[in-house]
Amino acid sequence: MKAFAALYAALDATTKTNAKIDAMVAYFAAAAPADAAWALFFLTGQRIKRLVGSSTLRAWALEATDLPPWLMDESYAAVGDSAETVALLLDAVPTTLASLELGLAAWLETRILPLRDLTEPERQAAVLGWWRGLDREQRFVLNKLLTGALRVGVSRGLVVRAIARLADLDPAVVGHRLMGPWRPTPAAWQQLLEGDDGAADASRPYPFFLASPLEAAPASLGPRDRWLAEWKWDGVRGQLVKRQGAVHLWSRGEELVTERFPEIERAGLALPDGTVLDGEILAWNDAGVMPFAALQTRIGRLKLSAKSLREAPVRFLAYDLLEEAGQDVRGVAQGERRRRLEALVATAPPALGVSPLVEAADWPALAALRLQARHHGVEGLMLKRRDAAYRAGRRRGDWWKWKLDPLSVDAVLIYAQAGSGRRANLFTDYTFALWDDGRLVPFAKAYSGLDDKEIAELDRWIRRHVVERFGPVRQVAPVQVFELAFEGIQVSARHKSGIAVRFPRIARWRRDKPASEADSLASIKRLLSARA
Amino acid sequence: MRDRRAVLELTPEGLFCPAGGFHVDPWRPVPRAVVTHGHSDHARFGHGHYHGAAIGEGILRRRLGADLPFTGHGYGAPFALGDAKVSLHPAGHVLGSAQVRIEVEGEVWVVAGDYKREADPSCAPFELVPCDGFVTEATFGLPIYRWDPGARVIDDLVAWWEANAQSGRTSLVFCYALGKAQRLLAELGQRNGRAVFLHGALVSMVEAYREAGVALTPTAAVSDQPKSERFRGELVLAPPSAMATTWMRRFTAPATAFVSGWMRVRGQRRRRGYDRGFVLSDHVDWPDLIRTVDETGARRVICAHGQTDTVARYLREAKGLDAVAIQSLRDGAGDDG
Ligand SMILES: [Zn+2]
Ligand SMILES: [Zn+2]
Repeated sequence: MKAFAALYAALDATTKTNAKIDAMVAYFAAAAPADAAWALFFLTGQRIKRLVGSSTLRAWALEATDLPPWLMDESYAAVGDSAETVALLLDAVPTTLASLELGLAAWLETRILPLRDLTEPERQAAVLGWWRGLDREQRFVLNKLLTGALRVGVSRGLVVRAIARLADLDPAVVGHRLMGPWRPTPAAWQQLLEGDDGAADASRPYPFFLASPLEAAPASLGPRDRWLAEWKWDGVRGQLVKRQGAVHLWSRGEELVTERFPEIERAGLALPDGTVLDGEILAWNDAGVMPFAALQTRIGRLKLSAKSLREAPVRFLAYDLLEEAGQDVRGVAQGERRRRLEALVATAPPALGVSPLVEAADWPALAALRLQARHHGVEGLMLKRRDAAYRAGRRRGDWWKWKLDPLSVDAVLIYAQAGSGRRANLFTDYTFALWDDGRLVPFAKAYSGLDDKEIAELDRWIRRHVVERFGPVRQVAPVQVFELAFEGIQVSARHKSGIAVRFPRIARWRRDKPASEADSLASIKRLLSARA
Repeated sequence: MRDRRAVLELTPEGLFCPAGGFHVDPWRPVPRAVVTHGHSDHARFGHGHYHGAAIGEGILRRRLGADLPFTGHGYGAPFALGDAKVSLHPAGHVLGSAQVRIEVEGEVWVVAGDYKREADPSCAPFELVPCDGFVTEATFGLPIYRWDPGARVIDDLVAWWEANAQSGRTSLVFCYALGKAQRLLAELGQRNGRAVFLHGALVSMVEAYREAGVALTPTAAVSDQPKSERFRGELVLAPPSAMATTWMRRFTAPATAFVSGWMRVRGQRRRRGYDRGFVLSDHVDWPDLIRTVDETGARRVICAHGQTDTVARYLREAKGLDAVAIQSLRDGAGDDG
């Protein structure tokens, strides 16, 4: 626990990526596999269920410290976080030095998780005892674990790099092995470092290769015939895995969504074993692709009604082949992968198709076609270099997205404030941020665009994810991504971001996107120069 | 029941002693001021005459002018102002910081100014002065504020510096220009004695300490170094106002830290954007504040700045004292931490 608390503090203390990686490598190198597995569980953003509410935690601390309740309230108001307030106040209670150092895994498996089966007084007695045996740093982490709110300030990419360095592996390999939910067991940790026996996880997808926005003129990419062009679909990116007679459909958020799309699962069964396709999940009826809103009716719910199945049928449009006959073919050239993909999917049922190539002799002709994207219900074009390998993560140079409508961005919700009037008790005023050099910079406020159900859901989420309070404003964990649409953009010295947008509104809730994939300030500033 | 005037009363200019005809740390110009120490929210411009601790004279003159009408007093040496018997006693806050003991007709009040109980090699240690009435600060008047031993914080800071030095990085330490900077220099002088580089804004106050005979580690101004100097492995002290300014460009990928009691709270650490926060303060923490009030034996307490309402309420309810909070105009005036 001590080592993990120190790791938490080290990651919390610095904004520098190298320092974060160093801290993780040092921790993992020294940690027992069981502890490392749990640490990785938390570092990759997974959480255990809340076992103690924050007001209960404060009430217990009151008993331990003998402070008047109002003083606890004032302390909490100054700190803004129950776990931390309690950790700080308990400095007043002498620790029992003799307490045995227990690893993170033992803490979780023999102490924290078993709290579930205890009565409230038993839980209290246990926690009060633990507090006396821990220093402040550890108490803080323990409190965060108890309240189910442990969040570590580190991106998945950094975790992957740290483990890659530790195990001397290619980050792409680590990224692949880490796909899907992480089970915090020593065996899983061992497999992560040493590779698995093949049969370990037939469902495991590959890390997605992500395109970068094209900012330069397409002619700068060289001859047109070196590039494949496809429509950029407005659906949910997915990976279709067919192995050992079963189909697994993964979303970009590394969520297994097979059950939500039974049409695709059925169609996928027609594929040979050992096939992995990258593509887009789209709502698609007889008239062709349907707006994203239709697909959304299929994402939001777990139970599929006959009605939603009928009204929003789905289709998987593949555009890449990652595994063929059980072989990883990501290193094969794009053009060749495409040829094999077409052959493979040619005989598949209609719910499984291939995203067609957009044919145009030269760049100007392609640009003209791009302007018709709206008519096709797509967002623009994708350009893929014919000789490119399928890489992991966002790497510039091989895949470009050439979007049509520049006046929309994916931004991260960072602040929320209660509305007024009818919505006085709901957080409905949102501030959104874009990435700038690894930091989120606030760039626009928006009040509308969500329906009442979404507002209520987001409100609940906000209340559970407050990071800090500034008067009526709540800073929330940077997790939720929203597509913001706006009418115009201009330079503004008044705004921290340096830009001001006109009539920003929420176009949709991008539940499929992690915050790390939101747009950057630089990309929106380029819109500015492109339009000037 | 008292039927005479109070020893201290609150006027628009600040705390006033009617019997002595003087103010303590007034925030508006008055004819006669006793100032507890050189921080700008306590020692202001424009008074007719200043009284203070003799050892702090250099600081006051640098801050308020070389021709300041000032009378210096040795610690513990009584002097008369009107009908009041006054003496100054070390407050342990910064060099020259003084508690003002005021005795009128046998009733004793102490205005502590800012103070701390922890050892500080750059100034005289706090002296406990028994009194009937005590005027205390309450900058960190919440039980969340509880300092780790200063020696341990300095250990951490030295270790951090050494780790940075090993990777060839500059350690950029931000702290307040008067008090914290010199405390660090004195502490470091007792540790490794290595030279420390200074931002220009710190140079003058460091000189004032040396003139007063305080032993500090050797220093040199950043601005005196050749353009080619990269300060690799060195420690540089700077005021917080220099953070994120063009001055920082002199250093390649420096590691930054802020040394302040405020660094105790995570939100404060994160909001300010330093790589590290070292929790070291020149003010009393909560337990020392309550202990000090206890030890003075005072039955009446005035909480003068910071978390005044909180501390006054606690002293009333938990200690049964006659404690009040006064609204001080000095709050938010950029005091140190
Ligand atoms: Zn001060
Ligand atoms: Zn002060």
